Amino acid sequence: MTETEKKKLQIAACRVRMGVIEGVHAAKAGHPGGSLSAADLFTYLYFKELNIDPARPKDPDRDRFVLSKGHTAPGLYAALALRGFFPVEDLKTLRQIGSYLQGHPNMNTVPGVDMSTGSLGQGVSAACGMALAAKHMGKTCRVYTLLGDGEIEEGEVWEAMMFAHHHKLDNLCVIVDNNGLQIDGRVADVMSPYPIPEKLRAFGFEVAEIDGHDFDQMEAAFAKAKETKGVPFAIVMKTTKGKGVSYMENQVGWHGKAPNDAEYEQAMGELRAQLAGLEAE
Amino acid sequence: MADVKKIATRESYGNALKELGAAHEDVIVFDADLSNATKTGTFKKAYPDRHFNCGIAEGNMMAVAAGAASMGLVPFASSFAMFAAGRAFEQVRNSIGYPHLNVKIGATHGGISVGEDGASHQCCEDFALMRSIPGMVVMSPADDVEAKAMVMAAYEHEGPVYMRFGRAAVPVIHDEGNYSFQIGKGEVLREGSDVAVIANGLLVAEALEAADTLAEQGISVRVINMATIKPLDEELVLKAARECGRIVTAEEHSIIGGLGEAVCAAVAESGIPCKVKRVGVNDEFGHSGPAAALLKQFGLSTEHIIEVIKAF
Repeated sequence: MTETEKKKLQIAACRVRMGVIEGVHAAKAGHPGGSLSAADLFTYLYFKELNIDPARPKDPDRDRFVLSKGHTAPGLYAALALRGFFPVEDLKTLRQIGSYLQGHPNMNTVPGVDMSTGSLGQGVSAACGMALAAKHMGKTCRVYTLLGDGEIEEGEVWEAMMFAHHHKLDNLCVIVDNNGLQIDGRVADVMSPYPIPEKLRAFGFEVAEIDGHDFDQMEAAFAKAKETKGVPFAIVMKTTKGKGVSYMENQVGWHGKAPNDAEYEQAMGELRAQLAGLEAE
Repeated sequence: MADVKKIATRESYGNALKELGAAHEDVIVFDADLSNATKTGTFKKAYPDRHFNCGIAEGNMMAVAAGAASMGLVPFASSFAMFAAGRAFEQVRNSIGYPHLNVKIGATHGGISVGEDGASHQCCEDFALMRSIPGMVVMSPADDVEAKAMVMAAYEHEGPVYMRFGRAAVPVIHDEGNYSFQIGKGEVLREGSDVAVIANGLLVAEALEAADTLAEQGISVRVINMATIKPLDEELVLKAARECGRIVTAEEHSIIGGLGEAVCAAVAESGIPCKVKRVGVNDEFGHSGPAAALLKQFGLSTEHIIEVIKAF
C-alpha cells in the first residue's frame, strides 16, 4: 500500500470515529468502545477490501459483511455513511424513534447492511450460510464477519466455526476484534476465550494475527485470506477498546455508555486534532 | 377406520421436499443429524448436493439457513420440533423472524405422539413459541395429502414459515384428486350446528370420528380442520361461533398458547356469545409409552372429545 493510500485510510478512519461519537452522543446511548476498536477495520473493509457499490446496495454479486458483534453498529453506520450508502447527517438519528438507524443493524432498513444482528453469536452463523450459498450458487463473492472477543464465549460461535471448516468455506473470512474487554471487565477475568488463535486453528482455520490498527498488516492478512483455499480464514486482531479518544481507551466503562456534552466536546476536539495532523502531514 | 391408509406426516414432508426439489433448483435442505427421522433423507438421496448436514447444532443451523435465504435460496431447515422451535427459538426469532427471511422450518416429531422417547422430546410448546414471532406462519397438517400441499404452499409463500409434522402414522382423510390448500384458510370437513370442533394435526381424524359417533346420538357436530394456526382464519372461527354457539378446540399441544388460545382470543374479542373448551395437553409434561396409549391417556382422543362435547 502506498503512503498516500494509507493516509487516505487513516483520514477516513478518523472520520468514522467522529461519526461514532456524533451518533452515540446524539442518541445518548450506544456502544462507543467496541465501535472505536473496530473503526480501522470498518474503514479498511468499506474503503479498500469489499467489492461493493453504494449505488447498488442489493447487488446480488457483492461481497457480504456481517457485523456479528452487532452492538458496534455506530462504527458500521459511520463507515457506510462515509462510503456513500446514506447521508452522514443521518448518523445523528441513531437509536431515535422513526430512524432507520436502529440500535443494532437491521438489514431491511439500513442500506448496505447485509444481515440483521445484535444477538451475539448469530451473525457468524448467518455468514456461514451466506458463504455456503455463494459456493453452491457458483458466486465468486466473499463473505466477511466481525466478532467480538467476548462474543466468542457464545457456544454457537464454535458451532459455526465447525460448520465453516466442515463445509470448506474458503470464501469466508472471520475477524475477531480482540480488544480485551467486555461489559463486566477484562475478557480474561470474565470468561477467558484465550488462546484465541490456537482455538481457531484447532477448528481448522488458517489464522493471521495482526495489529488491528495497522493497515499494512490488514492488507497482508486479507491478501492471505484470499489465497487460502480449502479452509476458512480467520484474522485475530489486537486492538485498543475506545481507540482514538484518550479517556475511553482501555476503559471498560465505555463499552456501552454515551459521552455527555463536555465529554463529547473533548472527544471531538481530540479527533479533530488527529484529523488536522493527518491532513497537514 | 381399520382399513384406512395411514402415513406419518414426516414421511409426507420428505416426499414433498423431493418433489419440490425436482421442480425448483433454489430449494436446499438443512438438517441437524436427524435426516433419517425427519425424512429429509428422502430429499438427500435425490439431491445430495442440495442437502447440508449441520450436525447436532440446531441454533447454528437456523442462522445458517437465514444467511442462505438472504442470498436468494429457499432453505428448508429441519429437526425435531423440540429443537427447531425450542432449542433454536432465539435464532429463529432474531435471525429469521426479525429480518423476515425466507426460511421454511420443517419440524417433525411434534407433540405427545413422539412416544417412547418421553417428555424431553415431546414438544407441546412449539405453536406457542412460533406464534409469538411477528410475521411467522405456523401450520400443522392433518394428513399426508395436506402435508404435501402445505410444503408446496410454504415454498410459494414469501417469508418465514413453521410447519409441524408428526412421527406417528395418521389416517389419510383427504382425497388428493380434488384437494387444494391455502395458507390461512380453515376447512369445514363436516357441517354441523350444535357444536364445532376446531382441530389440527392428528386430532382432526379423531374429531371426525367423534362427529360420526355423536351424529348417531342426534348431536350435530361441525368439524373444522384448522391447519394454519397463524394467521388464524378468524372468519371461519367466528362463523362457527355464531352458528354453533359452542366450540371445542383440539390439538396435540399444550392448552397454553396454541390453537385453543388463538380461537379463544378471536371469539372473546368478537363479542359473540360462545363457550369454548380446549382439548390439549393440560399444562403438564408427557412421559414414555406407545403413542396410541399416550394419546388416550392425555385425552387427545375421540372419546375425550365426545366427553367434552357432552359436558357442555
